[in-house]
Amino acid sequence: MLNAHDILETIQMIEEEHLDVRTITMGISLLDCCHSDIDVTCNKIYDKITRYAKDLVRTGEQIEKEFGIPIINKRISVTPIAMILAACDDRDAVKIAKTLERAALTCGVNFLGGFSALVQKGFGPGDKELIEAIPEALAVTDHICSSVNIGSTKTGINMDAVKLMGQTVRRAAELTADKGCIGPAKLVVFCNAPEDNPFMAGAFHGAGEPDCVINVGVSGPGVVRAALAKAGDCDLTAVADLIKKTAFKITRMGQLVATEASKRLGVPFGIVDLSLAPTPAVGDSVAYILEEMGLECCGCHGTTAALALLNDAVKKGGVMASSHVGGLSGAFIPVTEDAGMIEASRCGGLTIQKLEAMTAVCSVGLDMINIPGDTPAEVIAAIIADEAAIGMVNSKTTAVRVIPAIGKKVGEELSFGGLLGGGPVMPLSTYSPARFINRGGRIPAPMQSLKN
Amino acid sequence: MRAVITVVGKDTVGILARVSAECAAHNINVEEVTQSILRDMFAMIMMVEIDNSDIPFTEFADNLTAIGKEMNLAIHAMHEDIFNAMHTI
Repeated sequence: MLNAHDILETIQMIEEEHLDVRTITMGISLLDCCHSDIDVTCNKIYDKITRYAKDLVRTGEQIEKEFGIPIINKRISVTPIAMILAACDDRDAVKIAKTLERAALTCGVNFLGGFSALVQKGFGPGDKELIEAIPEALAVTDHICSSVNIGSTKTGINMDAVKLMGQTVRRAAELTADKGCIGPAKLVVFCNAPEDNPFMAGAFHGAGEPDCVINVGVSGPGVVRAALAKAGDCDLTAVADLIKKTAFKITRMGQLVATEASKRLGVPFGIVDLSLAPTPAVGDSVAYILEEMGLECCGCHGTTAALALLNDAVKKGGVMASSHVGGLSGAFIPVTEDAGMIEASRCGGLTIQKLEAMTAVCSVGLDMINIPGDTPAEVIAAIIADEAAIGMVNSKTTAVRVIPAIGKKVGEELSFGGLLGGGPVMPLSTYSPARFINRGGRIPAPMQSLKN
Repeated sequence: MRAVITVVGKDTVGILARVSAECAAHNINVEEVTQSILRDMFAMIMMVEIDNSDIPFTEFADNLTAIGKEMNLAIHAMHEDIFNAMHTI
């Protein structure tokens, strides 16, 4: 039976602590859109997406109103486009990107992900053409997100792809320099990419997924922080317990929205992604949770331990609340999207070295970090390689989404607005990894036993 | 289907009357009402049955929000499932 306390707690979470469902993402397979003529392919892609997702936004808004839960984003993810491009005689990937943009506009979604390639072991037909087209595709579209998987625990790391992605990230920034370097903010380089991730920019619809599926990503850093603030000076066992309980409530809400959306759209429910996704809004920050635990500034010694506790407790609480859990599931640490991280990086408390350590224990990786505009492609590639190595060895997803702030130096600010936020340009090591990166080849898959 | 109406704000004359009148006008039955004072704020919770309502629930929720704005109160009407999901196993 419901009691007044529970009801008012929910209202308070939504009104004051930014509780929301971050995204309903419809995954659509485009495998049946393959055709040797690229124009036919584009028509088939447009028709299929707009047919399947025509009610997505409306249904999301309806659920939002009936249940009183804000649903921030309605999005679409599609089969990695490199797989579709492989069948075309004329592999003009930008043409497909423009088609996807048109479909996204027709459906009214915030983002469409899946301009992607999976090259962890090598380049297949269409892969190189797609990767080379990423900078232009991101420059001529507003809603398309791109991701490339360059490594995995089972295959090792494709260092030729890592080198290429260093150049691609840089080029994406150069081509969008007049638009605040927005290109690389829509591009993620993964190791161990999940095939059912509903969060952008890394969402794509994996080849093992059904024809169409609904995945939901929850959020709620503000709620976790408020719960910790109320609890006062308890020990860390109690902190972990409290986070679990809060994550349970947040995830149950996500599960309800997912089930309801799936029923109303007549599309199978896939997974709930149990992530704490921050926004630049004050009070909706993962860094503030860590600081609430007792750190003076996110990034100081102790941050990795606090984040490990948080990440694990979120999963433990969330797993029981949902029938299927997947995607990235954990705490996100995107610097420019998190008010607390922005402050911590401005005051020098948070460095890229500490962020790298944090990625070993949390979901995703070096996310939304502004780096100096003159950073060479090899350095970006080396950042990707380091991050992929952490993911590969620890059997977890890691990713890199860094933004070379063209024309800007360390300490200057680069802002994207909206959920992507903004923040200072962070310093990198100035020594060169060029010879290492230019060797190319593959880093072999790691041992899965004798672990120490 | 049942919904939960919550009213939070500074206590004033006629809150219950105003919200109940809106329910009655649309054939929505009030099944239960509880009121309490929460951190100096007035909080009222109503459980209502909306199956026989003559307008769509989203429209009814909008009407209540508008009344809330007028009376300087936060009024929410939400499907009861959200609370059941979050607070029961």
